[in-house]
Amino acid sequence: MFDSALFIGFPYVSVVIAVVVSIYRYRTEPFTYSSQSSELLENRKLFFGSVPWHYGIIIILLAHLIPFLFPGLWGMITADQTRLYIMELIGLSFALMATIGLVILILRRLTNVRARTVTSIPDWLLLFFLLLQVGLGFWVAYYYRWGSDWFLHIAVPWLMSLVTLQPDISSVIALPDLVKFHFINGFIVILLLPFTRLVHLLTFPFTYIWRRNQIVIWNRRGR
Amino acid sequence: MDIRAHVSMVFHLDKCIGCHTCSIACKNIWTDRKGTEYMWWNNVETKPGTGYPTLWEDQDKYKGGWERGKNEKIHLRLHNRLGGLTNLFYNPYLPTIDDYYEPWTYDYENLFNAPEGDDQPTARAISMITGKPMDNIEAGPNWDDDLGGSPLYARNDVNLDELSEGEREQLNEIERVVFFYLPRICNHCLNPGCVAACPAGAIYKRGEDGIVLISQEKCRAWRMCISGCPYKKTYYNWASGKSEKCILCYPRLESGQPPACFHSCVGRIRYLGVLLYDADKIVNCASVPEQDLVAAQRDLIQDPFDPQVIQSARANGVPDAMITAAQNSPVYKFVKKWQIALPLHPDFRTVPMLYYVPPMLPVLAKMENGNYDIAGLDKENLPAMLSSLEKARMPIKYMASMFSAGNVKIVEEVYRKLIAVRIFKRAQKVKDYQPAEVEAALAQGKTNAEEVEAIFRLTSLPTYEERFVVPPLGREISIEALERPLDRKQATGFGIRSQTPKREF
Ligand code: SF4
Ligand code: SF4
Repeated sequence: MFDSALFIGFPYVSVVIAVVVSIYRYRTEPFTYSSQSSELLENRKLFFGSVPWHYGIIIILLAHLIPFLFPGLWGMITADQTRLYIMELIGLSFALMATIGLVILILRRLTNVRARTVTSIPDWLLLFFLLLQVGLGFWVAYYYRWGSDWFLHIAVPWLMSLVTLQPDISSVIALPDLVKFHFINGFIVILLLPFTRLVHLLTFPFTYIWRRNQIVIWNRRGR
Repeated sequence: MDIRAHVSMVFHLDKCIGCHTCSIACKNIWTDRKGTEYMWWNNVETKPGTGYPTLWEDQDKYKGGWERGKNEKIHLRLHNRLGGLTNLFYNPYLPTIDDYYEPWTYDYENLFNAPEGDDQPTARAISMITGKPMDNIEAGPNWDDDLGGSPLYARNDVNLDELSEGEREQLNEIERVVFFYLPRICNHCLNPGCVAACPAGAIYKRGEDGIVLISQEKCRAWRMCISGCPYKKTYYNWASGKSEKCILCYPRLESGQPPACFHSCVGRIRYLGVLLYDADKIVNCASVPEQDLVAAQRDLIQDPFDPQVIQSARANGVPDAMITAAQNSPVYKFVKKWQIALPLHPDFRTVPMLYYVPPMLPVLAKMENGNYDIAGLDKENLPAMLSSLEKARMPIKYMASMFSAGNVKIVEEVYRKLIAVRIFKRAQKVKDYQPAEVEAALAQGKTNAEEVEAIFRLTSLPTYEERFVVPPLGREISIEALERPLDRKQATGFGIRSQTPKREF
């Protein structure tokens, strides 16, 4: 019962809330829909924190997403031992990069007075859960080796069962607590998304690649 | 032909007295909120000097504006499209608050509340960002005003790069020291770097009047506009997480008043009026080789009396009132008809729509044997007492670096005409010039008595209505379609929000 609540109920609740609130906030409070940059106030430490954090976490997120979206492809890649080694190595190094970056970012906000003045309570909350999540993730990847392989056979079926609305938690209930914690905390972060500055990841401006240089808006005619 | 109208500006630098009234007028209306304390949408800097933010003209440092590539096309100096996205997490060319200054106030309360003691109580400086005391203030607005701190600051002015060592030395010589004021606002460019650099597409130009605005709802704090603008005229509000910039007081314009900085200008140096331009020519105008930039920009501006231009403007939906305003525009006269107003740094290739009449060179001629050579004749055989180009204390090359992308000839032409005006009027009033000398000056200035009189009038004796020809913007018509003005009365802005936006997350 408890497992069902954790691995079926909570994921659904957090995703539904994330989607609904994100849309609601976009429509009613577009003004707040961004990450409030503090680069103007402090830029040295930001460079050493923000760059490794963002690139690290993007790669790690992709490594979670691809097996889920293209399980066949992922299975093929990890089937070979050398390739599996390489995947593990890449994963670990990017996870390390992200963790170090995040730690620097947190220290920056703690120690730089200017940066601290523009840090809100939701920001601290978010930073805490993100650090917990990457820390746990790094731990799991280190102690329960070959995650690039077992993730495909244990987590993906569970996530798939959630997506297809036929929840089946048989593959996850037997997992060590640490791994479970990482899963659940992931959904906590998703839950936090619409309530914090994390929404900025939904606004990544892809359209910049193809839009025209100049933007002219006319009041009186539809041009 | 794609004729559009643009509310444009001229600043007549000879008349600026550096009083900063304009800056204060603007600050009191728009930037006295939290997060905007350090912003000066209008600022007045001393030239030579490094300006605000420090070294804003140095595009090797800040990468603002456009660059002409080997293929003769222009691209943003800052980034290409993909590069822009990869720099979102850290913009390497963003100025930090220390390149402006950390805004502060004083702990005035202490003057009243301090307990009795042996010393006078003091009001310590308090940072308006952190709220902590600031005991070591190292920069502030107009830190190098009137060459304060010179040559420490002034010698870093990038416009001095073109000058020889000797010329630079001369600028600092006692009794030859020379400077002038440069008031700056957003140029509301035709090819703005800020718009092109914004990944979120939040910045736009209003079609009807050309005002460049940042949508506060679409801005996502990617901060690229600040780097993209070579004039550093967009600013990041660190408290709201949005970029902000000069809005040319559009709410005032829409109710028929000139912007606050124009209205309050003590020296009456500011002119506002409509220019008609051909939008098809913008990209080409921004892409020509350096020495042709000013000519191309003049070519972009169209004659508001030309029937073909009028017809084309009408076809484009430009209202008749706007065309009439363009015909009466003082800006058109200065920029196109008389050709004595020049864009600031056309080499940044954003096609700025704010033009400057360069300041007349200081009157005094060279020192000979410890005396000013006031009576002597200069090369042009005109008494040197009124400025002569050859004896100018501020080298022409310096002016050319600022106002004509280094094309000395253009600046010279402007000055010859301005000198002709001076000599002509002096001959009239003081009568110490021979008619032949006046004729010579007019010929050198490629002008005539009638034009000189007109330039004199609009420079020295213009009425309020002649300085500011504000077109009826007809905004109420377009607003009514979206909102019921009476319902929205007393709301912030023109009926867009019911309350001031605030970050809660
Ligand atoms: S001067 Fe104004 S319009 Fe031009 S690039 Fe800068 S902010 Fe944009
Ligand atoms: S108010 Fe006018 S005269 Fe005074 S500093 Fe500003 S532009 Fe110059």
